[in-house]
Amino acid sequence: MTRILRIFVSGDGAAKALGADRVAEAFAREMAARGIEAPLIRPGSRGLVYLEPLVEVETDQGRIAYGPVSARDVAALLDGRLESHGLTEKIEALASQTRMTFARCGRIDPLDLAAYEAEGGWRGLEKAMALDPESVVAEMTASGLRGRGGAGFPAGIKWETVRKAEGGQKYIVCNADEGDSGTFADRMLMEGDPFTLIEGMAIAARAVGAGKGYIYLRSEYPDAIRVMREAIGHVRSAGILDRAGLAFDIELRVGAGAYVCGEETALLNSLEGKRGIVRAKPPLPALAGLFGSPTVVNNVLTLAAAPAILADGAESYAGLGAGRSRGTVPVQLSGNVRRGGLYELPFGVTLGALVDEIGGGTASGRPVRAVQVGGPLGAYFGPGDFDLPFTYEDFDAAGGLIGHAGIVVFDDTVDMLKMARFAMEFCAVESCGKCTPCRIGAVRGVETLDRIAAGDEEAVTLLTDLCATMRAGSLCALGGFTPYPVLSALERFPEDFTRRREAAE
Amino acid sequence: MPETGHRPSAAAIRDLAEEHMGREGALLPILHAVQARYGHVPEEALPVIAEVLNLSRAEVQGVVSFYHDFRDAPAGRRVIKVCRAEACQAVGAEALAAQLLERAGIGWGETTPDGALMVEPVYCLGLCACGPAALVDGVPRGRLDAGALEALLNGEGQ
Ligand SMILES: Cc1cc2nc3c(=O)[nH]c(=O)nc-3n(C[C@H](O)[C@H](O)[C@H](O)COP(=O)(O)O)c2cc1C
Ligand code: SF4
Ligand code: FES
Repeated sequence: MTRILRIFVSGDGAAKALGADRVAEAFAREMAARGIEAPLIRPGSRGLVYLEPLVEVETDQGRIAYGPVSARDVAALLDGRLESHGLTEKIEALASQTRMTFARCGRIDPLDLAAYEAEGGWRGLEKAMALDPESVVAEMTASGLRGRGGAGFPAGIKWETVRKAEGGQKYIVCNADEGDSGTFADRMLMEGDPFTLIEGMAIAARAVGAGKGYIYLRSEYPDAIRVMREAIGHVRSAGILDRAGLAFDIELRVGAGAYVCGEETALLNSLEGKRGIVRAKPPLPALAGLFGSPTVVNNVLTLAAAPAILADGAESYAGLGAGRSRGTVPVQLSGNVRRGGLYELPFGVTLGALVDEIGGGTASGRPVRAVQVGGPLGAYFGPGDFDLPFTYEDFDAAGGLIGHAGIVVFDDTVDMLKMARFAMEFCAVESCGKCTPCRIGAVRGVETLDRIAAGDEEAVTLLTDLCATMRAGSLCALGGFTPYPVLSALERFPEDFTRRREAAE
Repeated sequence: MPETGHRPSAAAIRDLAEEHMGREGALLPILHAVQARYGHVPEEALPVIAEVLNLSRAEVQGVVSFYHDFRDAPAGRRVIKVCRAEACQAVGAEALAAQLLERAGIGWGETTPDGALMVEPVYCLGLCACGPAALVDGVPRGRLDAGALEALLNGEGQ
């Protein structure tokens, strides 16, 4: 083997959950035994979770990828006896992506400020500081970037509202609550390239005139909390924002295990030290948000898209995508899928291409029966819907949503009545309790589905009525959208809602 | 390590609370600090925290009970938080969890009588592409199967 310059062992949470730390220890040991002196770097994830723990060996030819690597494989790898995937950048699943937000993720030491700068970091902030705030907002608006947290609200319009709002203190709040099952893009970005999020928040602060920022990060992400906290510390002690001419400080706050706190107003209440109850809108958080002050609340990915947009210009972003869904979207494939992971692609790829071609179908090898798109409040689709292009508009028109761009794959052993029941159960567990249709309705929903499971066909009408009530009478999307997974399961997989009775007969 | 089992003194709680009281919205950081130290948020901490933050005891109680993370009783020596969300269900997490609970002889949120193990539900750990996933004593674990669970129950990694 040619001389090893550096070794990269993924340090992402998913890689660690699959034993990457033991792999790194084995490298330290085996390298010492062989007298190999090369830096051992722990980057974030490239996103190809099916290859984790991923190891890259850098020589003067480039980086060679190996994975999944276990601690037992390390000696063979170093001795040139382990099969590789070739050059990392040539791996089809990576080469076919359009990496903008995740351009650095997985390639650099996430906490190395020098590496961040060498890879184009802080260029967006520099640009933002050179422009006046109005022009920064104009760039964001022109990029067509829409909120990646789920609702898809245009980022530029939100920033403009906050910019124009009267108020001494303004806040940038990063929503890092990422509660949707099947999503992990925020986590990967925070663990793999945390400075990008900080830069994005700084750009937002410049645009609207905010002095303080909070990252509300869920407690279920211990690795992201650690990396993000250290990253904030590094930026602060290096005085980077000060030197850029920006008086802005960021503080990390940890959530406490409440899904509803991802809803922006519940999140603000939680940040204020209160119960995470949803607030009625208006007032918009943009005008009266955290402690009553004008506040930008944006998802991690929305904020993390800003540096590239500013650095490379709005057109570079707006030039990608389809319809009114501009730019790229980090699609996350999970569940029973062969090549699970994160794939950043322009909007517009079909659902079928995502699941079958990129994802490679199910992990079990059985047929795909259902996919849930957009988290626990997203609809279930079947292979009959695979020609749907992945855009906000197309999924909306098809009675669903793309949400935070998670796609959960199920094979033909899935019981869709059970999944519908779970959606109701989840809503009941996580309801903030403010509206009756959500708090009580979800409990009734579980009971009703149990009746259907017991063979009571009349209960189906009850279920659809209940869903209508929840949709109409809920203040937020937890109660309001839980009918999406429930009704889509019922409509697309009706056989699962009658089968038991037939079986009993 | 949390000092589980210790009955905290009012003075110790006050010290913890006062460390954070200058921050905006200090209650959650304080509750996290208390739980990190004692493994739960003891009843007797509530009036002390309330006083430091100039809130009513009921307000503090309301916040503690709202969030799933905060416990009002000490946890088991080991805590396994098993993901019950959709992506993990798609790869058999429910059956695996049922097996774990049955082996331990407990239900969700319960601790074994000897205090050795507590199993709690969690909804997504961001490990959805490598489920079934769990947090084992705070450490993320992916692609769990019966063998891995058995090893956990036998005390591996303690
Ligand atoms: C029940 C519920 C949970 C939500 N969870 C999240 C979340 O975890 N992360 C997120 O960014 N947005 C979440 N949202 C959406 C937020 O309310 C809000 O739209 C978003 O933070 C705005 O940022 P964006 O415009 O950048 O997407 C949730 C909404 C609801 C109703
Ligand atoms: S719909 Fe549910 S979660 Fe949303 S505000 Fe109403 S009760 Fe709270
Ligand atoms: S659904 Fe289990 S980790 Fe996300």
